[in-house]
Amino acid sequence: MRVALFATCLGDTVFPEAPKATVRLLERLGCEVEFPAAQTCCGQMHTNTGYRRQAVSSVRTFVDAFADYDAVVAPSGSCVGSVRHQHAAVADSSGDSRLSRAVRGLAPRVHELSEFLVSVLGTTDVGAYFPHRVTYHPTCHSARLLRVGDRPLRLLREVRALDLVELPQAEQCCGFGGTFALKNPDVSVAMGADKARHVRETGAEVLCAGDSSCLMHIGGLLSRQRSGIRVVHLAEILASTEGDRA
Amino acid sequence: MPPFPEAAKRAVDDSQLRHNLAGATATIRRKRASVVGELDDWAELREAGAAIKAHTLSHLDTYLERFEAAVTAAGGVVHWARDAEEANRIVVDLVRATGEREVVKVKSMATQEIELNEALADAGISAWETDLAELIVQLGHDAPSHILVPAIHRNRAEVREIFRREMGAVGVPAPDDLTDEPARLADAARRHLREKFLRAKVAVSGANFAVADTGTLVVVESEGNGRMCLTLPETLISVVGIEKLVPSWRDLEVFLQLLPRSSTGERMNPYTSTWTGVTPGDGPQSFHVVLLDNGRTNALADEVGRQALRCIRCSACLNVCPVYERTGGHAYGSVYPGPIGAVLAPQLRGTASPVDQALPYASSLCGACYDVCPVAIDIPDLLVHLRTRVVEEHHGARSRPLDLLMGLAGWVLGDARRLAAVQRVASWSRRFIGRRGSIGRLPAPLSRWTDARDAPAPARESFRAWWERTRGGKQS
Repeated sequence: MRVALFATCLGDTVFPEAPKATVRLLERLGCEVEFPAAQTCCGQMHTNTGYRRQAVSSVRTFVDAFADYDAVVAPSGSCVGSVRHQHAAVADSSGDSRLSRAVRGLAPRVHELSEFLVSVLGTTDVGAYFPHRVTYHPTCHSARLLRVGDRPLRLLREVRALDLVELPQAEQCCGFGGTFALKNPDVSVAMGADKARHVRETGAEVLCAGDSSCLMHIGGLLSRQRSGIRVVHLAEILASTEGDRA
Repeated sequence: MPPFPEAAKRAVDDSQLRHNLAGATATIRRKRASVVGELDDWAELREAGAAIKAHTLSHLDTYLERFEAAVTAAGGVVHWARDAEEANRIVVDLVRATGEREVVKVKSMATQEIELNEALADAGISAWETDLAELIVQLGHDAPSHILVPAIHRNRAEVREIFRREMGAVGVPAPDDLTDEPARLADAARRHLREKFLRAKVAVSGANFAVADTGTLVVVESEGNGRMCLTLPETLISVVGIEKLVPSWRDLEVFLQLLPRSSTGERMNPYTSTWTGVTPGDGPQSFHVVLLDNGRTNALADEVGRQALRCIRCSACLNVCPVYERTGGHAYGSVYPGPIGAVLAPQLRGTASPVDQALPYASSLCGACYDVCPVAIDIPDLLVHLRTRVVEEHHGARSRPLDLLMGLAGWVLGDARRLAAVQRVASWSRRFIGRRGSIGRLPAPLSRWTDARDAPAPARESFRAWWERTRGGKQS
């Protein structure tokens, strides 16, 4: 299957290991992965901060880059949530009816990684090996906007040598919230500190999630606390094999 | 009142408040989840609730006129109030006309919204709150912190102190040996309130629902104080937001299931009182309804925003909100706190003040509020809608650092070549940041991140550059 990778602006710029792992994983599963170089960002940061006008160019860039693909995959529940739930409204606000139509045609073909693996490729065992104690945080947009449900957990349970431990109050928001982390830093940190405390309670060495952004926030707190807990994107765990140093 | 970020900072630092809130919201969340889980048609009920409210709002003019006609036919009097000032004047005049100097009150969000108690006090009329939690707030010279549990931010020990200190000054005092046992506290409140119920000749209430067909008002409550207020006095004045209407008595079937399960986590609320006009020889002999607009028609005019008027004030969104759980209600600077307050207040009051401009941002957009809303108000979507309104109405000059940042980011992200150029600069800058993979301090406004969290250093090589280097020329 020919698949276009949406690396997301954060994945492309700050956390390239997540999109790289996505490429390795999809290729191992027999997909032909392409990276349309014209892509930039889903525009969520602008939309969610109220800068809808500035989000239009991101939406247009997204459509131009991906319109020709049957399947687009991104290692981010949040960005895919933005494509599926916000792009139409942003496009409509621009008054460009062609853009509105193009967005509505493309959005259903854009998948979050765990959705794509389980529901499109039909697999839960991706042949991964990751010998660590791991806990999983279901990020809000994966859980509530996309309803990925237990798909990430089903994938993690099949990973060889992985010890999966349950995260207390897993469904509570970590407090990242995009620019919320800057506009309301005190509340954001209070929420993140509770999340970090729950992660430490599990005794896990690795915190895993399907969004680099939430991991950046929780990881930033865990790192400041010198907790010794690593944050690792779901894609990296699923891409790991026995040959890797992991 | 400072805007949310500053008010929230104080709340977040208050460990007693955090402890009280976390305990109370967790308990209500659990109760709600368990009773909602009992109904296999909850999704359909929720859809029905949303549909009835949406329909009523889109024909509100018709239903309001129908309601007025029915109330008048049943012997009541309807008054129309454009804003808080008008509503307060109507109520003050009505109380004055009775010659009384005090009223008992059923807990009402509408009268809090218009600050009726203060208006009555200015006119020399004492208003006594009779809901237990509202009584605690009033005696404590405090403001409510929650729609349904106004004293959620107080614990038993604090309540005992308030009763001991304040009750005697306004009525029957608390006993000298009062402890902080809930039964003893409730008993002290009961003795204090009973004297007021038996003496008062005028009551002021709100309403949970107003039935257009019959002119009936409905109040649901848990303590029986509502029923006392609605039946004992000679004059009853009800202040009701125009969005409280439902077309017919039958529609109550839906809401009387949705409301108690969503709010108190009960299958049914202990008291449901309905009253229609005046019945000779039984209950209040003089009955007035004040229909309150106070910004509601402005909200109604906004196609996206109007769904906030579907709210039945159950407060389920407050109890699941991770932001509310850590700040409590006072930080919102509105009688409607939490997620629903963040979308309701700026619509009712407009977005001119710094407080109202900050409210749509008082959320991480986690979506938990939408999941529990019994009338399916898409609060996250509405927050984003209102943020757009705030930016378009107030950020024209682009003077703030965040505005500049967003403008710059928008320009960079508008084109892949510009993004690639920035990535090259970022990778190059990494050599100045040091060997650790993270950054401890960034300049303002990004210092708001690094004050408490490490920030990741830019990648040594962007994904784009890696792809070009390893797969370059393969495609696109």
